[in-house]
Amino acid sequence: MVLIRDLAIQCAQMLLVLLLAPLFTGFVRKVKAKLLRRQGPPLIQPYRDLARLTRKEVVLADNASWLFRVIPYLVFAATWVAASLIPTFRTGLLFSWSADLIAIAALIGSGRFFLALAGLDVGTSFGGIGSSREVMIASLAEPAMIMIIFTLALIAGSTQLSAMAAFMASSAVGLRVSLALALVALIMVAIAENGRIPIDNPATHLELTMVHEAMVLEYSGRHLALIELSSSLKLTLYVSLIACLFAPWGIESAGAALPALALGAVAYVGKLVVGGSLLALFETSIAKMRVFRVPEFLGAALMLGLLATLLRFVSGSF
Amino acid sequence: MTLSIVLSCNAALLMVAVLAAALGRRPIATPVVYGLCTVVAMISLFVALKHLLGAAPLESMKLPLGIPWLGAHFRIDALAAFFLAVVNLGAVITSVFAIGYGSHEVAPLRVLPFYPAFLAGMSLVILADDAFTFLVSWEFMSLTSWALVMAHHRVEENVRGGYVYLVMASFGTLALLLAFGLLAGPDGSYSFAQIRATHPAAGLAALVLILTLIGTGSKAGLVPLHVWLPLAHPAAPSHVSALMSGVMTKIAVYGFVRIVFDLLGAPLWWWSIPVLTVAGITTVMGVLYALMQHDLKRLLAYHTVENIGIIFIGLGLALAFKSEGMLFAAALALTAALLHVFNHSLFKSLLFFGAGAVLTATGERDMERLGGVIHRMPQTAFLFLIGCAAISALPPLNGFVSEWLTFQAILLSPELPSWGLKFLVPSVGCLLALSAALAAACFVKAYGVTFLGRPRTHVAEKASETDRYSLAAMMFLALLCLVGGILPGLFIDALAPISSILIGERMPAQFGAQWFSIVPIAASRSSYDGLLVFLFMVISGALAAFAIHRLASDRLRRAPAWDCGYPDPSPVTQYSAASFAQPIRRVFGTTVFHARELVEMAPPNDSRPARLTVELHDLVWEDIYAPLVAGISSLADRLNGLQFLTIRQFLALVFCTLVALLLVLAVWS
Repeated sequence: MVLIRDLAIQCAQMLLVLLLAPLFTGFVRKVKAKLLRRQGPPLIQPYRDLARLTRKEVVLADNASWLFRVIPYLVFAATWVAASLIPTFRTGLLFSWSADLIAIAALIGSGRFFLALAGLDVGTSFGGIGSSREVMIASLAEPAMIMIIFTLALIAGSTQLSAMAAFMASSAVGLRVSLALALVALIMVAIAENGRIPIDNPATHLELTMVHEAMVLEYSGRHLALIELSSSLKLTLYVSLIACLFAPWGIESAGAALPALALGAVAYVGKLVVGGSLLALFETSIAKMRVFRVPEFLGAALMLGLLATLLRFVSGSF
Repeated sequence: MTLSIVLSCNAALLMVAVLAAALGRRPIATPVVYGLCTVVAMISLFVALKHLLGAAPLESMKLPLGIPWLGAHFRIDALAAFFLAVVNLGAVITSVFAIGYGSHEVAPLRVLPFYPAFLAGMSLVILADDAFTFLVSWEFMSLTSWALVMAHHRVEENVRGGYVYLVMASFGTLALLLAFGLLAGPDGSYSFAQIRATHPAAGLAALVLILTLIGTGSKAGLVPLHVWLPLAHPAAPSHVSALMSGVMTKIAVYGFVRIVFDLLGAPLWWWSIPVLTVAGITTVMGVLYALMQHDLKRLLAYHTVENIGIIFIGLGLALAFKSEGMLFAAALALTAALLHVFNHSLFKSLLFFGAGAVLTATGERDMERLGGVIHRMPQTAFLFLIGCAAISALPPLNGFVSEWLTFQAILLSPELPSWGLKFLVPSVGCLLALSAALAAACFVKAYGVTFLGRPRTHVAEKASETDRYSLAAMMFLALLCLVGGILPGLFIDALAPISSILIGERMPAQFGAQWFSIVPIAASRSSYDGLLVFLFMVISGALAAFAIHRLASDRLRRAPAWDCGYPDPSPVTQYSAASFAQPIRRVFGTTVFHARELVEMAPPNDSRPARLTVELHDLVWEDIYAPLVAGISSLADRLNGLQFLTIRQFLALVFCTLVALLLVLAVWS
């Protein structure tokens, strides 16, 4: 009985992130438009886009290989699995022990690895520019992420997300310098990983500084729909991760009853709203960087993460 | 019993070597020699695995070979059995691969006799139980591999690689010779049993540690002793490259573990500091060097340097933990390192086989002249991709498991009391994370430029799929990479007897935990389940595919590439290896390689094309080796004068030397 309930909750969690992800993207777009005094597309526009893309035929480049057609599914699978292992409204998910935070980061890395390969598959210069810049960004963002994980794991005494969230929600955590550094670094990594302003502009399609959109330029139809859905999922994933680690209020523990879970879900949606609004505000108030400014930005994130870890190594009280 | 079987197998390999020389250039020689090697190595592998998994007691044996009063001691324990299994697994698969691959060999007589001898040499190093046998086997292994490196000796680059290899191998052996001399003490007790019984004093032990790090590090490829590796490994035929990179470097790891963990006695707290420092630098430098390459085999060789760094990070952590009495953590770190030894031997062999298949199909190692090979060699491309994903530490493959365990060991290290380590270990962790991310970048480049995109030359366009033996060997390795990733508990448990011997503690039994997950410390702390991650990915990918194909349009149209409306028909306009690495070269290369880009624009009204020149400096070579070589040559030039003395001058020289030596002796005593 408990198993069935846990399984149901795990499935609910998987569906929740999957279904909320396009809405969240739509929400961020809407808030950005409002901040710019524009009307903006309706909230459900991302769903419409996905539906339209899936109805269209795929126009495949002559030179595209079998790998090019498989990659959208691989990227989607890796991102979805990673997203569904992050506690949103309840900790102690049935399968949360199957992958800890390091593994989740590595899963996201797998998605990126294959997407970068897809950029090179057709053999166009746009795809190449996107891939090579993406791996440059990742080569700094990933170690920064690992250092953040180290810091949090050393504070919480676990790399297991459920245990970390439970520890962060408890009073044992207190105010720590290393936590503040890790939070700043994590936000920087999240911005870079999702290709948001100031690293990359998700709204453009014809700009020489673009990264993510250049990699997926050759995709169309259902393949593009999956890629778009994966990037929405990834954005939701990072916001959920930050919420789960740094704002774990309202996440119910394993034994919670149904009404409490509903409350947890409402709290989660609330966190998404706040996170999305902050992201939109940040994006409208800052200009995009030149590509070779990005290493400095991410190098700062890496140094913050390293500093936080060093502080933890030097003394347990930081 | 085990030991005598394994020794007979090695004798059989040496006989196969003689047979190969006798068979000469007959075409039958290739399948016969490699077939025999497969069978013999398989027997060794089976026996070694049985010894390791059956937790058999150690066996030792003394043969009347070598120095008369010493004899040749051999011994097999869990550590030796594990490395023997790694060597012979590599040997079995490589020999199967070579049955197909070797038929393209232009100079079989330069490869066939040395190949079995090389295999025997590696096994004998592992079995040796006295310093003399160890060093003789070590040199035998070096020389046979050198002969294989020189197989295509008419290529100038190979000659240089072989020369540098020979010099570095001799240097490494010299360091080991001195290390064993110190270990043996004034009584000359060269058998390992005697060395184990009498641990050297702290000062001597430190010297032995440094000498061992130099001696084994020069064979394994620790920076800055790695210079020979990217020259020699690619020069050999591809199956030998796979053995040298995947297996022979592991013999060096074995030498280090045997001497430092087994013979040298209890470690001091600072021993881990040089090991971790060198290892951390090696990981990042190795992968950065790899990123700058456009020769596929050289890229793989440089990448071996990185992986050796990862292994030594695990070993360094194990030393640190052991010296502080944190035996459990030490067992975890040692297991992580040994698991990476095994994993790296799998995927590095797979990748070298793939590179070899591409080389035979196209005649090219230069990635800038390949591209689009996936269309012509779909199976090789698929298997190579698995190797790339495994070496980039992507879940659910095996490379991730060993890196994950290393990270878990790092997370246990804040409890180490020494302040040096409190700063060093997180920094090494940061370097490890950096190298993991750069490795993924490196293999996106290697795979993307070689296999994807449009063919850059006619040879790449005309490639054809490789033979069945080669494919079977690669398929087996790819399968092992997957099994190692989804059932890691099986392999971790097999390593438990080794940490029991060397550390005195073992990791908890992993296999049989729920859903085959691995729980290195405690369930509340960390766990990883490759099987479930794999299943989840398969299920969610399949669900997506099912939903898309049921609900969405499945129409598909082939059309020219879009490329924002300006596709260029020339394949030269694609991203090349150099242009792919350009952002990373700009971020890291300016400091590490003093990289500079010079753009030469033609003046107006001049129709010459603009030129971009990239300048890279190998600082290790330029700042360490070049001055050293220059110093040695100038010294040699000076000493050369001594050959042209008159008889009186010679006699005076002899007299002076004698007096000087007597004076030294007088002062000494």
